[in-house]
Formats: sequence, C-alpha cells, structure tokens
Amino acid sequence: MNNIFVYLEIEDGIVGDVSLELLTKGRSLAKQLNCKLEALAVGFKLEGIGAQVFPYGVDVLHLADDKRLFPYTSLPHTSLLVNLFKEEKPQIALMGATSIGRDLGPRVSSALFSGLTADCTSLEVGTYEDKKAGKVYENLLYQIRPAFGGNIVATIVNPDCRPQMATVREGVMKKEIKDAKFIGKTNKLDVAKYVADTDFVVEVIERHMEKSKLNIKGSPIIVSGGYGVGSAENFKLLHELAATLGAEVGASRAAVDAGFAEHERQIGQTGTTVRPKLYIACGISGQIQHIAGMQESAMIIAINNDPKAPINQIADYVITGNIEEVLPKMIKYYKKNSK
Amino acid sequence: MSFKIIVLAKQVPDTRNVGKDAMKADGTVNRAALPAIYNPEDLNALEQALRLKNKIEGATVHILTMGPARAAEIIRESMYRGADGGYLLSGREFAGSDTLATSYALACAIRKMGKVDLIICGRQAIDGDTAQVGPQVAEKLGFPQITYAEEILDLSNSKITVKRRLERGVEIVRGPLPMLITVNSSAPECRPRHAKLTMKYKRAVTPTEKQEAGNDYTDYFDTHPYLNITEWGVGDIDHEIQWLGLSGSPTKVKQIENVVFTAKESKRMTASDVEIEDLMKELIANHTIG
Repeated sequence: MNNIFVYLEIEDGIVGDVSLELLTKGRSLAKQLNCKLEALAVGFKLEGIGAQVFPYGVDVLHLADDKRLFPYTSLPHTSLLVNLFKEEKPQIALMGATSIGRDLGPRVSSALFSGLTADCTSLEVGTYEDKKAGKVYENLLYQIRPAFGGNIVATIVNPDCRPQMATVREGVMKKEIKDAKFIGKTNKLDVAKYVADTDFVVEVIERHMEKSKLNIKGSPIIVSGGYGVGSAENFKLLHELAATLGAEVGASRAAVDAGFAEHERQIGQTGTTVRPKLYIACGISGQIQHIAGMQESAMIIAINNDPKAPINQIADYVITGNIEEVLPKMIKYYKKNSK
Repeated sequence: MSFKIIVLAKQVPDTRNVGKDAMKADGTVNRAALPAIYNPEDLNALEQALRLKNKIEGATVHILTMGPARAAEIIRESMYRGADGGYLLSGREFAGSDTLATSYALACAIRKMGKVDLIICGRQAIDGDTAQVGPQVAEKLGFPQITYAEEILDLSNSKITVKRRLERGVEIVRGPLPMLITVNSSAPECRPRHAKLTMKYKRAVTPTEKQEAGNDYTDYFDTHPYLNITEWGVGDIDHEIQWLGLSGSPTKVKQIENVVFTAKESKRMTASDVEIEDLMKELIANHTIG
C-alpha cells in the first residue's frame, strides 16, 4: 500500500531505458517517502525481466504474463493497471512519456480520477498549502514540467487524488544501478482476474518496430542545426562535419518542422534531452524549449549570424558567421591538425 | 444509413508568439492576450474525418469544441472545409479545467448527441502538449482508442483499420466501432477552405454571436437553419457539477516560474581562418574532439 509504481516498457524482452531511468528516480523518491518501489511488467514471456530491474532497487515486481498482452494494446493494459491500482493503492505511478505511456497514462487516470502530468522534467517531494481550504499537504509529488512552448515551468501537484501520476521522456532522468546483487520479491498476477476477454477488441495486424539507427542521446559530440541553417541542402554541411568528428546530427524543433531534418533528430523539451561532451549549435537561435534539452552539455559552441542570439548566452564559444563559411573551415582545420 | 463522426477540436493560443501577459496570477493561461489558432493536429484530424465523409454515404462530420464564445471561429473554419456543423460547449463553469475535467465535459456533451460512430481528434494541442484529452474521453465513454493515427486505411463491417505512427515504428491495427482515434501531424494536411462553402457558411453563428449582432437577421436564420451553430452551456448536458472546472481537476498548479538560464562567460570569435584553426587545435589538445 502507498508505494511507488513504475510501469515497465518492454520490447523483445528488454526493459526500455526510459523505464530504468524512472526506476532510478523512483528508488530515490521511495527513500525520501519511506515507502517501497514496485515495478509492473505487462506482456508475454517475462522471465528475464526480474534480472534486469532488481539491480535498480525494485522491492516488488508484478508480472502479468499472457500471450495476448503483447504487443501492447490500450484496453487490456489499462484494465490491468486500473484494477491493480485499486487493490494496491499506490501513492505515485510513473511511466515513460512514450508512444505507450502517453496512450496508457491518460486512460488510467481517467478511470481512476487521478491527476496525470505529462512530460515532467523533474520530480520532487514537498509540501503544498491550499490557502482557500486552509489545508497543508505534506510529502506531495511535485511534478515539474515546461508549458507554453517552454516559456514557463509549472509545478503541478495532485493534493487529493491517488495515485499521483506522471510521465517522463526518455533521457530526462539518469539511470543508475543501486545494487547489482539486490533481488526483490516477484508477484505473478492472475491476468484473468484483472483483464476481461472483452478488452481484447483491437488487434494488431502488422507491426514494424525499428531499432533507432540514431544514437543521439549516447553520442559524445552533437552537431545540431536550427532554422537558421536555411535548407535541407545546407544541413548536409552538418552531416559532413559530424562524419569528420565522429558526431551525431541533431536539430531544433523549428528545423524539423521546416523539413530540414528527421523528427528523431529533434533535441529539446519535445524531443530528446542530451548531455554530450561537445554540442555545436549551428543556426540555432536558442528558444527555451531547445536550450532545456541541451544546456547540460559540457561544452557548447554556437555558430550564428546573429551576435545577439539567445543561445550565445549559454555558449562557451560564440562564432559569429555563416555556417556555409564556418563549417568547411572547421572540417579543414580539424583534418589538418588531428594527425 | 447514418454515420456520425465527431471531431474534437480546440482553439489554442499560438504558443509560437508568447508575450509577457500569457499567464494570469493564478497560474492559468490568459488566453485573451494571445492570438488564437486552430490547433494544428486537430486540422489533421478534420481531414481524416472529411475523407471518410466523402467515402461513406450518409456520413456527417460535426465539430465539438469547448471554449469561450470566440472558439466558434474554428467551427466555422471547419464548415468552410467541409464539416456539416458543430457544437460549442461554453460557460464559466468549465473555466480552470485540467485535462480530466475537460474530458469529462466533452464526454457529457457527446453522450447528449445520441449515437456517435466515430470520434476523431488531434493527438495533442500545442498549448499543453499533453496528449491526454483524447484517451481520457475514450475511457469516459467506454470507447476503445487508436492513437497516433497517420491514415485510416479501411472502414467496413463496423471495423476500422488504421495505420499508426509510433516513435520507433509503424503499426496497422483494426478495431470495432464506435472508436476514438487521435491523429498525428504526420497525417495528411487538411484541405484548404472551399470557396462555395465559405460563402455558404460565413454567416453561421452561435446564439451568443447572434445576440451580439442584433435582431435584424432573425428571420434569415429561421429560413437558413444550417447557419445555426449549436451552443451548449452547463445546463444543456447531463453532468455532476463537482467533476467540472476547477473542482473536477485533480491537478493543481502550485507555482509558475519564468525560465531563466544561467549565462556563461563566452569567448567571442569571428569566422576567420586563424581563429577557427586555433579553436580546432584547442579542442584536439584538450581531447574534446579527436
């Protein structure tokens, strides 16, 4: 009762990074709140899940193993969470802000009348005073998220409803093993008790999941372009520099919207959060929603026509100039000096 | 055979042009201070609805939107593009709603419409980016859902087949009607306004707008019933008041902060050969690259 639950995303028997990141966060919240951390695996052939998640300090792992629960469809997974939460009454439930989490979370919250905050960038514990009602709430989950295109950051609380639900994007929280030898309890659920046959109404006819070819999150160097790059043609310069440096190419939301780069390259609040060793921002003005996704880069080089571009404020090096001029020079002088 | 399609749409502040007055002191959005637009993905949803209307005999497309009086603009905008009409759900009782209270109000309004075969909406609105209202409405109505639709492939024998675009892949799924579908921005763009329809519907108004315009046209609206946009207040839907507005919203805004980043001391350079070569040498020397 009153524990923290994390819904695990599983593909090919592997627990997704976003879930392991949430377990890491969940572990530290559980310590603060003096409660247990529980994980929920819903799918098929889940024997290998325990070994993957127990090192993150999972006290109880619930397994709902049924052939019909993979691939994911909305209603059966919703029923499982709703009915399990009615029994277990968690105080907090976390899931990834992924294709699955953003489909499942709202449904569960709607059924349980519990508040849900999407795409949190930080989760903390604190007090809340409802001045109108004259009530003070202790140990609430602060669900902190950007809003309004990233121009503001809002702290959201759910004073009265449980569980307090939140989704978090991949890469926002850090993943850290607590104890490689730790083994918690496993609780095998009787699926028929939680899910009705009538929940299986949507069938998946075809499914093509690609392992992302890009690894923006894991790349130590990122060459990233914004709307100021000007064209998809000019983006090739970024790819050339990236190939020379062994880097990955990223993009701002504006560049993706303009069709200069693929959606999966998007960096920022609505894309990937990155922390590379070196971030080279080309033609990026530096909207808050972009900066929030890369500000923790160890070193930032900003290349921009506009000497007053907001991104310059957080950059270590500011090069004022055209990317058509600067990038070929960077390639040239890297090649000349790297031998 | 009738086939009723409801498109859930939202008039949103254009978050690409946010000014200083965007937020009120209580942390809710000051919508009056921002230009209002048709939420982009709701237009993708409207397009999918209009394509079905063209294919299915007897199909109708109506917009349902919750918002202030001026939100009727997006209902007219939809009619210019081929929708049959719309419902505006409006009133101060709905103010301060979070996604859950919004979905409750929308679900109450849909129940009031009788038999609905299909609900289509945008995946998410650009003011909140939550993607919650679609699934929350589906749950309240007991409808199954198909999210992130890119294309409706087939509708036959009371089953709908949809191609979904996921973060890391594509799925084709089939489910029964009634169904709720949310549509991605990767779906085809909405058709433009149709000139004849724009002429036909430009005087379409809600009762509130009619009052503001005066009584000169009363007879005209009686003889042209398609110009009447339905407007519902809290009294027109079956509801329990505690689930609406602020009291129906489990999430509360504790605090709003403007985003401020800590400025670094940056080294300023030009694009000269010497400076760029020095920079590359420095980055190689300190093992940042290479």
